[in-house]
Amino acid sequence: MTLGFVMLTHTALDRAAQIARHWATRGCPVVIHVDLRTPRAQAEQLQADLSDLPNIRFSTRHACEWGTWGLVAATQAAASLMLAEFPQVRHVYLASGACLPLRPVEELRAYLEARPRTDFIESVTTADVGWTIGGLNAERFTLRFPFAWRKNRLLFDVYVELQRRFRIRRKLPNGLVPHLGSQWWCLTRQTLSAILDGPGRAEFDAFFRRVWIPDESYFQSLVRLFSTNIESRSLTLSKFDYQGKPHIFYDDHLQLLRRSDCFVARKIWPQANKLYDTFLAPSAGSEPRAEPNPGKIDRLFAKAVERRTAGRPGLYMQSRFPNREWETGRTAAPYSVFEGFSEVFEDFDTWLSKLAGTRVHGHLFAPDRVEYAGGASVYNGCLSDSAALRDYNPRSFLTNLVWNTRGERQCFQFGPNDAQEIAEFIAGDPNAQVSVITGAFAIPLFQSNRNFGEIRAEAAQLQKTEAEFVAILRASWVKARVRIWSLAEFIESPMEPLQTIVDEISPRSSRRLTEVPRLADLTGFGQFLQNLRNQGMKPVLMGDFPVGPDLPSTPGRRVRPYVVK
Amino acid sequence: MGALPHAHPILDLPAPQRDLQHLWQAWRLRQRRRRLIFRALRKRRDLTLVADRTAGLARTAILCVLVVRNEAERLAHFLAHHRRLGVDHFLVVDNASTDATPALLRDQPDVSLWQTAASYKRSRFGLDWTNWLLLRHGHGRWCLTLDADELLVYPHWETRPLPALTRWLDDHGQDSFGALMLDLYPEGPLTAKGHRPGDDPLATLRWFDAGNYSVQVQPRMRNLWIQGGARARAFFATDPRRAPTLNKLPLVRWHWRYAYVNSTHAALPPRLNAVFDETGGERISGVLLHTKFLPSAVEKAAEEKGRRQHFANPSRYAAYYDGLLADPVLHCPASLAYTGWRQLEGLGLMSRGGWL
Repeated sequence: MTLGFVMLTHTALDRAAQIARHWATRGCPVVIHVDLRTPRAQAEQLQADLSDLPNIRFSTRHACEWGTWGLVAATQAAASLMLAEFPQVRHVYLASGACLPLRPVEELRAYLEARPRTDFIESVTTADVGWTIGGLNAERFTLRFPFAWRKNRLLFDVYVELQRRFRIRRKLPNGLVPHLGSQWWCLTRQTLSAILDGPGRAEFDAFFRRVWIPDESYFQSLVRLFSTNIESRSLTLSKFDYQGKPHIFYDDHLQLLRRSDCFVARKIWPQANKLYDTFLAPSAGSEPRAEPNPGKIDRLFAKAVERRTAGRPGLYMQSRFPNREWETGRTAAPYSVFEGFSEVFEDFDTWLSKLAGTRVHGHLFAPDRVEYAGGASVYNGCLSDSAALRDYNPRSFLTNLVWNTRGERQCFQFGPNDAQEIAEFIAGDPNAQVSVITGAFAIPLFQSNRNFGEIRAEAAQLQKTEAEFVAILRASWVKARVRIWSLAEFIESPMEPLQTIVDEISPRSSRRLTEVPRLADLTGFGQFLQNLRNQGMKPVLMGDFPVGPDLPSTPGRRVRPYVVK
Repeated sequence: MGALPHAHPILDLPAPQRDLQHLWQAWRLRQRRRRLIFRALRKRRDLTLVADRTAGLARTAILCVLVVRNEAERLAHFLAHHRRLGVDHFLVVDNASTDATPALLRDQPDVSLWQTAASYKRSRFGLDWTNWLLLRHGHGRWCLTLDADELLVYPHWETRPLPALTRWLDDHGQDSFGALMLDLYPEGPLTAKGHRPGDDPLATLRWFDAGNYSVQVQPRMRNLWIQGGARARAFFATDPRRAPTLNKLPLVRWHWRYAYVNSTHAALPPRLNAVFDETGGERISGVLLHTKFLPSAVEKAAEEKGRRQHFANPSRYAAYYDGLLADPVLHCPASLAYTGWRQLEGLGLMSRGGWL
């Protein structure tokens, strides 16, 4: 008993000849179908090239346009010829001219020898198929498709819609349950001859002639009527991308194909010399091998589909620029924004970077220059400290910073003195953790040695800016994790907010804070605010400070480090 | 009609629309494209044929079009690199070179050569000549339009030559292919290490900026506008808007009715500019390794500054030329050394899209 190959070809006939010769010289008869649309000269050349081999036949040529009946007709003709001409053949393997055997044909023959009654054909009911393009599954069988999908897409769609609207349905032939599957199968003589010579063939053919993409359903459905033992998988490794286009294998897939342990793969790029040379070499595959295992390849291809359809969140580049309606993560990783903290505490940056083990920047959006951690003038990815470059495209600046430092959480200070254009972008970013102590901008003014008139004007300006920022943060569309305290609220009990923030930044270090940064000296701050009021300004963002010399909390705090429980 | 914004920053690009204003825009772009093609037809008279070897080129041949001036030191490596990629034929316009460039090109079996002494600036920086050669020879073919200091790399380029890429693009209905121009620079001052004609420029120009690119989309033609890299950082830190544009469309399946608009940064019809995915996914893209900063860049800056043939308004770029003339060190502590396309892909400077 032996194995015969039916081969459908249309281009790269030299490669098809090479494969046919490989199989034929190893004792497997081959029937070749050449697409009618292939130039006659090429087809004749192919016949001449293979004329020295006694076990190769050429079947009647049909035009094989994608998705049409021609492909099935071609397969039928070639398979019938195979059964008639080579009575010793038990399994017929349907292959294409772009197939490449990955394992010696002896191994495939032995594999089939051990399973003499099994039909290998992927055959799935229409309800269970999730992979068809065009969204048509069951309707492939119940509607009519006189227009070519690739050439007359509009007519195709309109006609489908009309039939749906008027509920026009075709009747299925008796006993037929529609199944779909990969068109590359391997069937036994018994099953194949029952399909080809069965009494109902004329009826089935008439029906499938009008089915859309019949090469994925004709044998897949009929085999259910005649076969006794179906193994619903294809022996040919064949992957499709998310557009339904077959993946092509190149030289660099050599190791991948080797490890798959599959018998045959398609499609191979015709110029992949290394693949053809390696797998067609006489010594190929002398080591014993396992069951076909396309799982490894499946995982890799699933990843490729994800890269194509979902991309890398937070990356904006030459071939990824989502529009407004397709936001899938503004930035690449979580980051923290602090407003007012470096004013309230004297050494907030160093304290936080020590505690959370991350790099803490100064005011990245400061008006004169970008204050990177450690005063660097260029940062990861060669980000410049030029304020002009940053302000030219602040969104790119921020997404670049977070992208360039993936794996290391970024923390930075923000304030009403900074360039505010980025505020809305941050507020709408689920990756942002924004903590604001409102009114803290007054502390440096309070400590400064400037004329009060100047201070008053600047305080009013900063308060206005900060109020706008807070209004953005309180909008309904905000996705950032926002926490806002007034200055008075915050210094009353600074521990709790700090603990929450740090827990969020480094969730694994679940220890309690034993040390908080040093609070700025706020003695007399209440009086300072009262002075602002007396000058006609209305400081609101700071909260309620008593006008006395004392802070709202217990005195002497800033001298002693906090120790909690 | 409301005015279109200057450029859309990240996540500000509206989804494509088909209202009256956009139809009007489309019509105006169509007129513009016709003018560009007409201009190209007119400017063909600038070109004097030196060697035409295009006869007998296959319909599937991959062409490479370039306009050169005094590029002898780079050409040997440029030709070798792109021959290896699978370019079948080079169409070259020599714009009054005074070095060995014409001699080097004249006798190459796969180069067709034209010469002109006409103004580079008045041919829209050589683009009219390019558009003409593409119109005449590129129709129906995949065409690579480059400068002599650009080396195209793309995912898997070492194992999958251009015919593999273009077939894949064909299969996926993509007529154009985008690439980011990546400025490469040496470790020290530009002139510190010598470079002999024919040497691999990547041996000295090993460093690049990995992540300081500003990305926007211009609304009119929906083309990208990427700026940044070493030049923006070193020369345009106070005037970023003028920093060079880095996005390009070097590879297009040409049609005689197409036209490049502004270098190869943008093309018409506008759908050619849609090389980026707008729905969150990644399309395939490549990188043009920019080998401008060989030692000769300093000397060339002096010449260009004098010739005033580059940039629409050369006086605004005086600071840029002066920066170059000072033989700058572009390398900085955050610079990365180029190791290959996988590195660039990992950094997000190019993408393999779905091409596994």
